[in-house]
Formats: sequence, C-alpha cells, structure tokens
Amino acid sequence: MSSPLTRAEVAHVAKLARLSLTEDELDLFTEQLGQVLEHASDMNSLDLTNVVATAHPFGLINVVRTDEVRPSLDRDEVLAMAPETQDGRFVVPRIMGEAP
Amino acid sequence: MKTAVQIARDVQNGESSAVDELNTSLAAVRARNDELHVFLYVDEEGAAAQAAKVDALVAKGENAGVLAGVPIAIKDNTCQRGIPTTCASKILEGWRPPYSATVIERLLAAGAVPVGKTNLDEFAMGSSTENSAFGPTRNPLDPSRVPGGSSGGSAAAVAADMTPISIGSDTGGSIRQPAALCGLVGVKPTYGLVSRYGLIAFASSLDQIGPFAKTVLDAATLLEVIAGHDRMDSTSLPEPSPSLVAHVNDGVAGKRVGVVRELIDGADEEVVDAVNRALDVLREAGATTVELSIPELRLGLSAYYLIAPAEASSNLARYDGVRYGLRVDAADVSAMNEATRTAGFGAEVKRRIMLGTYALSAGYYDAYYGQALKVRTQMIDAFSRAYHEVDFLVGATTPSVAFKFGEKTSNPMAMYLSDVFTIPTNLAGEAAISVPFGSGETGLPIGVQLLGPGRSEAQLFSAARVLEIADSRP
Repeated sequence: MSSPLTRAEVAHVAKLARLSLTEDELDLFTEQLGQVLEHASDMNSLDLTNVVATAHPFGLINVVRTDEVRPSLDRDEVLAMAPETQDGRFVVPRIMGEAP
Repeated sequence: MKTAVQIARDVQNGESSAVDELNTSLAAVRARNDELHVFLYVDEEGAAAQAAKVDALVAKGENAGVLAGVPIAIKDNTCQRGIPTTCASKILEGWRPPYSATVIERLLAAGAVPVGKTNLDEFAMGSSTENSAFGPTRNPLDPSRVPGGSSGGSAAAVAADMTPISIGSDTGGSIRQPAALCGLVGVKPTYGLVSRYGLIAFASSLDQIGPFAKTVLDAATLLEVIAGHDRMDSTSLPEPSPSLVAHVNDGVAGKRVGVVRELIDGADEEVVDAVNRALDVLREAGATTVELSIPELRLGLSAYYLIAPAEASSNLARYDGVRYGLRVDAADVSAMNEATRTAGFGAEVKRRIMLGTYALSAGYYDAYYGQALKVRTQMIDAFSRAYHEVDFLVGATTPSVAFKFGEKTSNPMAMYLSDVFTIPTNLAGEAAISVPFGSGETGLPIGVQLLGPGRSEAQLFSAARVLEIADSRP
C-alpha cells in the first residue's frame, strides 16, 4: 500500500511548522507519519455524516471576570528569562529583508 | 517507607519533623538518582525552607495541613516559581518560571514539601521516558526496563521510595500507564477537576494533572488537596474539591460493574488473568458484573493521535526563540525561529508537531481532524450509554508489564499502542484509576483500570481500595 502522504507533503508540513529536516529525516518521517495516518483510516469504517464534532469534553462556556486591576507577572522577572531584551522589550533579529 | 498520611500525622503530632522526613527523602534520592535518573532537578534549599516552615507551624501548635511535611516529587512540566522547568526539552533548558502552578500553591498551603522536578518524555509525548532530551528514567523494580511514561520520573520517585507521593499529568495515559508499570496507584481525574494553570500545555482538551501514590488513601488525600475550582483556569470545573478520603472505605456492595471487552482484548494473558481475578474480588465484595462491548473504543487510538498532535502543533508554536528558552541565532526572525525549533525539539515532538500541522492543514482538515472530533463525540456517547447500565467499568491499564529499553523506540506506532486502553478516558474527559493488582511471570506489577463517568472519583477510589485490600493479602 502506498503511503498516505508523500515526501513533498512532509517537507511542506515541516516548513509550515518551522522545522528543517535532513534528507534522512524526511524519509523516516514520511514513513512513520504514513503509518499513523494509515492506522487512522479505520475511522472511515464509521458513518459519521450526521455526528456533531466535539472539540472539548464539556461544552465550554466563555469565562469572563470583572475588569479590575490585579497584580500581573513581574516584568523584569519575565524579561530575565528571554534570550535578548532591551528597554523592557523582547529583541528579535530583523524581520524585513535588505532594501533592494 | 511511611505513607504520606502517616508522615503528615507524625509531623503534626511531633513524633517526627518535616526536616527529618525531608532528610530521609533526600537520602533516598542521593542513593539511587544517578542509577535511575528520576529527578532532573532537586531543590534542596527550597525544600528545606518549606520543611522548616511546616515545623515552625507545628511548634506553634497550629495545623500544618493535611500533607504536613510530606515530601513530594513534581513532574517537570509543572511550573514552580524560580525552579528550572524543562519539560525534558532542550528548548526550555535553563528556564525558570516566573510563577507557580495552582497545584504547587495548593501543595505548599497543605504543608507538602516539593523535593524536585522529575523526568518525563519530552513535552509529555511518549510512554517510556525514552523521549526525554536528558536521558531515560529506569524502572526501580527492574532497571533494565522502562518505568512507563510520560510521567515516568514521578512514578519512579514513588516506586523507589524517594517520595511517598508525586504529581504527574495524563493526556492519553501518562499517569495510569507508568503507575501500572511501577506498581502504583495512579489517577487521571475528570477533566477540569484539577487546575491546569501552570501545567505546560501539550493537548489542552485532554491534559489533566493527577496523583501517584503507593496506597489508595494517599492518592485520594493528594487529589483532594489539588482538586477544586481555580479562576486561573477557564476550563476548571465550578465546584470546590470533592470529598474523596471519606469514601475510600465505602466498598462496592450493590455496584454494577461493566467488564469491557475492548479494554481487555489484546492484552497479554497474565494481564487478562489479573483483570479476571480483580473481577472475582469485586463480586465477592458484593458487586455484580456484566460483560459489555463498546466498539467505539477501538477507534480511540486513531482519534487521539490526530487530536493530540493537532493541539500540540498549536500549543508548541510558542517556542519560537523570542520570549523564553533556547534561541539559535540566524540572519532574520523566520530563520531564527526555524533554527531554534530544529535544534530544540527532539524527534518525537517533531513527529507530533508535523502530524498535527498536517491534520489541521487545508485540504486534510475534514478528513483527519474533523473526523477525529466526530469519533470523539461517538466515544462520549458510547461511554454515556454504558454508564446508564453500570456504575463503573473495569479493564486493563496496559497491554503488558514494563517493557525493555529500546523495544518500541524504532516504531512509533508500537509505542502508541501502549496507551490503547487509557486513551478513551481522556477523549471523553472522564475519570479513571490504575490500581496495582498482582504480578506477572517476571514478578513485575500489573495494573487494573477502573473507569467512571466525570466526577466519579469517590466511587473509583472505593473500588480501588477493595482491590488493594485483596491484593495485599498473602
């Protein structure tokens, strides 16, 4: 039986998930993810046409609280755990490419 | 080794002290942690301070709490302020949370003494702790075998008498499976019973924190301490912590018990035998048993391995090298994200993130994730029909006793099958307990699983206690 997903699809999914894979990993993951999806095909044995999907075990009700000031996490303590900060902010590498 | 309940009583009575109990615990950790790799971090200083605080309360004649001076091990996906919390992942190595989980706050308030953080499969994804980025934990009962997972470190801490109780988390069996493999009581509480605030998310609609213990009474005592509404978790059930300890000795007289074919078939013969002996015990204690088939449960594994990865792919998107944890530098932010995640996540985490990303992606959403959500509905309905006929269900916790290292690592599907009997409870958001009952040919423990509807913990503890008494008879 052919794999339910192709090597190219795995490469695309890795890109979406911000992961880079070696050629060997691509082969391995294509095979392994294919096995899981193949196993999942047993769900097609059920007629689920009129079944409602459950995303959560107990229907979630939106939780609100009164809009009052209360202590939050200490900013310095939070920033102390970041890879790079400056003036109370997180620092990231450049987002835009070089100007043409 | 004393139970948690005995320690708390001795500390409160002044027959022992929290500091002495802590020293006993730390000595046990020092004796075997290098061999078994149970703790990723031991917080001697913090534990000593908490123990001293408990002893000071006792000295003043005050009530130091139901877990006064009880050493406890915490799974390392649970945040404790200022204490390294890694999820056994390189991507969080060195991170110290700026806040504590609600569970930690409640433990401290009850006088418990957190000793340190225990090993797990990276981000709780696995069934053996072999997916820890920092090396596996060994089963204290047979170090050539796995302790189960993902909460393998928390199970091993109790099995090795390092602490009498510990905290784990169960997304698809991660408390019950290691409990079975290490000969412990392990509880997956009803979804929402225990606050998830400060539990690092894997699959938010399935994750639940719960206890490990050597006795049913200790497990009930610990769950009572950590359960109850928390405004910091929007999925927390609205009511206060239920009364559990008071019901431990209620027995099972008059109870109707469902014996579920799908939660037994496929298990090793010695496991099936143990379940059958457990049923004899329940009948002798006055319960009636009825054979049931719930075919929908067979699809649990498939639905779970789409739903959990889908949620994980979203939850783990936050590890981008910006706010905490690892950063691998690169020329621009996108390359930095990718380099960080590629270096920081292990193979199993990558597999699940990709599986989830795929299941949620355009063109496949309905075929995989959508279908899995419908199976989840069917499973909830099927359980609900069963609970119209019976009070609780009985099955195996795991297909086999503890397996050897490397036995299932090359084939993810084989590893996933270790959770085949535990997964349905998580999908349904219900409650289940694994209780040790007998042992196999190798002398390794076997777990029997008791499953009930949401909020049925009290009756599950009653049944577990009946099995515990029978199991301790010579």
